[in-house]
Amino acid sequence: MNWGEFFAMKGYGFYVWGSYGVALLVFIVEIMLVRHKRTETLKQLQMLHDAEKED
Amino acid sequence: MAINWFKYSAPYTFYGLTGKLIPWFGWSSAILFAIGLYIGFFVAPTDAQQSEAYRIIYIHVPASIMSMFVYLVMAGYAALGLIFNTRLSSMMATALAPTGALFAFISLWTGALWGKPMWGTWWVWDARLTSELILLFLYLGYIALHASIDDPRRADRASALLAIIGSVNVPIIYFSVKWWNTLHQGATVKFTGTSMHAAMQQAMFITLVACWFYAIAVALARVRSIMLERERNNQWVSELPEVRS
Repeated sequence: MNWGEFFAMKGYGFYVWGSYGVALLVFIVEIMLVRHKRTETLKQLQMLHDAEKED
Repeated sequence: MAINWFKYSAPYTFYGLTGKLIPWFGWSSAILFAIGLYIGFFVAPTDAQQSEAYRIIYIHVPASIMSMFVYLVMAGYAALGLIFNTRLSSMMATALAPTGALFAFISLWTGALWGKPMWGTWWVWDARLTSELILLFLYLGYIALHASIDDPRRADRASALLAIIGSVNVPIIYFSVKWWNTLHQGATVKFTGTSMHAAMQQAMFITLVACWFYAIAVALARVRSIMLERERNNQWVSELPEVRS
């Protein structure tokens, strides 16, 4: 079996790779959003912390 | 020797513990996905009836199972928060909702891409598909309701009710293929055994565990931000090294 045949999936390539591609995309986007949320939250808390120090 | 289980339900220890656990669950998930999909694509044979299209199973079935399982865990945490007024349980419920919704979406998406070549249609209003769509809407409703109430404790209580009532839908999804005549096929893996090839079964089980670890890693990572936000006036938050610097 060569790679061309593998990706063709006997004519079902669009359905198979369309499934796995979108699932992977969903996972990547979710991980990015969770990471972004953490940096944003920490940034806000640091600002809060600095503001308290100045008081 | 008594282990103090309550120690880990205290926000400070939970925050520290999850920080160490997340990379382990995350990387284990990635490795298990690689192994499961390798077996699923290179070891497992072609299906006699569905040819190569059946290989969607290694993401479709785990995502569907996770969408139902995560919902029950979420409703369980929401109920704990409602009954015992424990802050952390409610935060866990909130953190699980987006991940559950995404699994429900993946289940519907991969189902559509499987339905088209096998049934000739992307979508059909049968019991299995419709109840899974309702599950996605329950997740979205939970997220929207929680976000729409400013006071987080009130938001927890209101959305907990929605989550608990909505959990009636989970057994409906699960048994829909038995109770009604559906276009969706019945369960292949049953408690009494299975008609599946061993390698197919192995691959599906491994990708299911991979999805499970992924859900744990992502939900824990999300709950840590929620904890920081909601506990920001507590001393333990202001004393964290990542906040002080």
